[in-house]
Amino acid sequence: MAPAWEHGDALTSRNRRARRITLADMWSDELVRARLHVVTGKGGTGKTTVAAALAVALATGGRKTLLVEVEGRQGIAHVFDVPPLPYEERRIAVAPGGGEVRALAVDAEEALLEYFALFYNLGFAGRTLRRMGAIEFATTLAPGLRDVLLTGKVKEATMRARDGIHSYDAVVLDAPPTGRVVKFLDVTRAMADLAKVGPIHSQSKGVVRLLHSADTAVHVVTLLEDLPVAETLETVAELDRADLRPGAVLINRARPSRLPERWATTGTDPAGSTNGQVDADRVRAGLLAAGLDLDSAVVNGLVTETVEHAMRVHAERQARARLADAGMPLIELPDLTDIGGDGVDLGGIYELSDVLREQGVR
Amino acid sequence: MSPETSAPPSFDIDELLTNRTTRVVVCCGAGGVGKTTTAAALALRAAEQGRSVVVLTIDPARRLAQSMGLRELTNHPRRVTPTKEIDLAGGAMHAMMLDMRRTFDEMVQAHASPQRAAQIMANPFYQAISSSFSGTQEYMAMEKLGQLVSVDQWDLIVVDTPPSRSALDFLDAPQRLSSFLDGRMIRLLSAPARAGSWGVRRLVGASFGLFSRAISTILGGQMLADASAFVQAFDTMFGGFRERATATYELLRAPGTAFVVVATPEADAVREAVYFVDRLATESMPLAGLVLNRTHPVLANLPAARAETVAETLQRSGNAPLAAAVLRLHADRVALAGRERRLLARFRRAHPAVAVVTVPALAVDVHDLPALRQIGCLLANRNTPPGIDSLSQIQD
Ligand SMILES: Nc1ncnc2c1ncn2[C@@H]1O[C@H](COP(=O)(O)OP(=O)(O)OP(=O)(O)O)[C@@H](O)[C@H]1O
Ligand SMILES: Nc1ncnc2c1ncn2[C@@H]1O[C@H](COP(=O)(O)OP(=O)(O)OP(=O)(O)O)[C@@H](O)[C@H]1O
Ligand SMILES: [Mg+2]
Ligand SMILES: [Mg+2]
Repeated sequence: MAPAWEHGDALTSRNRRARRITLADMWSDELVRARLHVVTGKGGTGKTTVAAALAVALATGGRKTLLVEVEGRQGIAHVFDVPPLPYEERRIAVAPGGGEVRALAVDAEEALLEYFALFYNLGFAGRTLRRMGAIEFATTLAPGLRDVLLTGKVKEATMRARDGIHSYDAVVLDAPPTGRVVKFLDVTRAMADLAKVGPIHSQSKGVVRLLHSADTAVHVVTLLEDLPVAETLETVAELDRADLRPGAVLINRARPSRLPERWATTGTDPAGSTNGQVDADRVRAGLLAAGLDLDSAVVNGLVTETVEHAMRVHAERQARARLADAGMPLIELPDLTDIGGDGVDLGGIYELSDVLREQGVR
Repeated sequence: MSPETSAPPSFDIDELLTNRTTRVVVCCGAGGVGKTTTAAALALRAAEQGRSVVVLTIDPARRLAQSMGLRELTNHPRRVTPTKEIDLAGGAMHAMMLDMRRTFDEMVQAHASPQRAAQIMANPFYQAISSSFSGTQEYMAMEKLGQLVSVDQWDLIVVDTPPSRSALDFLDAPQRLSSFLDGRMIRLLSAPARAGSWGVRRLVGASFGLFSRAISTILGGQMLADASAFVQAFDTMFGGFRERATATYELLRAPGTAFVVVATPEADAVREAVYFVDRLATESMPLAGLVLNRTHPVLANLPAARAETVAETLQRSGNAPLAAAVLRLHADRVALAGRERRLLARFRRAHPAVAVVTVPALAVDVHDLPALRQIGCLLANRNTPPGIDSLSQIQD
């Protein structure tokens, strides 16, 4: 596993740098208290996969969670290998210890029609308007409207309660990618584009309250590569500025370093590394010392592979250090490709969920 | 690389680049697979082969842009000054970074009187769609391509495509924007009484009025008013606008155009590549081949099982930890390369006739000219540095 990192309170930027905590504490008390877990990250880093695993982890032990997607891509159905989800909360998985995960694919057009049905008595004509593209048009005209409708639905599910008991112990949102997420969550700004009265406007105040409260945490999924790490750091800063609360950084697809610690750190200066002189000689010597009978082409090949591996490990270590500087809890999830073949199957989701639990997620 | 009839065709990049009839090369693929890198590397290689080439990049990584001498969005190509070790031998390379807002403005200016253009550009609704509408970037990339072609100053144009989840967006988004702009819906919503399109009214009857009232209570009257003013001002130039977009789209089917599809050896990216190749076929757009980028070929001809066994023995003896580690990571690599080969096989089953070239992952990101050049060599399967040559043999 990774070296010890610097951590602090997850949710206030001021305190973040303060203390060192152990692996099992990675999921701070603030995160335990959060009820809405927003999962973002650069495109393709594993938002949907990690959100699914998080929903299972949070449902473990007899709890009930809702996994929500908002981009109309049916990513959840794909991960759980079920037919496309309707705009309706459906049970999609069970969690260890009697928990239950439900799923919902929110659709902005449906949500808008829901409003119309509710407030304008627009009945079935709404379907026709939809077919004509009128609804899509309206949500295109005001992209803010789409976001407000989507977050509105998420808020409704998060706050829904009967007899003072919440319907869901936690809601996990598979959110838009890092480039768009802050705008997506910045309902106040979106509302500035819309009419100052009416049902959507009054509901949005509650949405703003929820998103900026301690009930909400925004987690960022990343890979240990330059671009996703840079986007993660930018997003955390952007979240802070927008007064939204960054939760944990979830390092996805982490791969083990095969090299003993002291070998991995030498001779990997990116500038002079393509020939990898320093490492190469050591590796060669190591292979010879082991008394292996390998021809020279094989030895050369092994040396090059080792140098490349060392460079990757080194780059990943630097990436991890940059993330640690942001002072957020870091959670690491293994790359499962080695086990599954390609992509993550349902078993993989449970496996990732276990790894999350091991790191304190509850 | 034996040209056996049964062997899958290999992608001859140099033939593509040096063939004088190739005028436009479009690099497409899913998000993050290496479209921009490939576009820049192809342009550099073409210039090295003596062509006068311009590359239109979209949202390049900052360091890559800087290496081509681009520090900001430049809507007009700049000449790339090669570093010492690169010999452009009579060719020339120009590069630019698409500025979509400026391209849109210029298009408006070209189609409307100065007064009307100013009016359109001041409209808040125009400002919103020209800077943030999804699809604007694709539309403007096409528009810019059309301009570069009509200027006729380069003998080869290499085009990068916008970052997007799906490669298909490049072909579909302009159409979406265009039908949005044609204003039918805006007119209906902003003046349903006057629009008089009883075709529609008959369909939904009185509820359309209700709908448009509902929409305007939600969006606010101002937004619809702005939209409507925009449509009125835009109306006169829309014909020209659409004609132009259609012409550019046609250009993608023209004989001198070639698509290069880029994918990484990941299930999602390969699936996208399969869809995109299908689509090109449906549209009768010419596909040059697939670049499978960032592969991890095996560099040492040693079976994984043997490596594992020896590693095991060494580990038990405990006196050669480094050698054991090296053998273990070799076994990992063999497994990875095997997975990548299976993904490639999946693509080949779907499209057996498509030429493919694989480009190994460099150990560091590609953000200077020498690295671009190296990618160019790998693309062309030529003059690769020692070590890499041997691996491409093992791989196939
Ligand atoms: N820990 C992991 N190990 C192996 N493969 C993984 C892992 N996490 C995600 N993947 C794979 O990576 C790919 C992308 O994952 P996923 O769809 O979850 O990402 P995403 O961030 O939601 O993507 P998008 O931006 O397209 O929504 C999928 O094929 C998935 O199976
Ligand atoms: N063969 C390669 N070896 C190593 N790194 C590579 C290779 N090809 C691309 N990269 C790196 O991968 C990253 C993504 O590449 P690039 O920006 O070209 O992708 P793209 O398809 O244009 O992405 P987007 O969809 O975001 O526009 C860059 O950091 C680039 O340096
Ligand atoms: Mg997703
Ligand atoms: Mg790009």
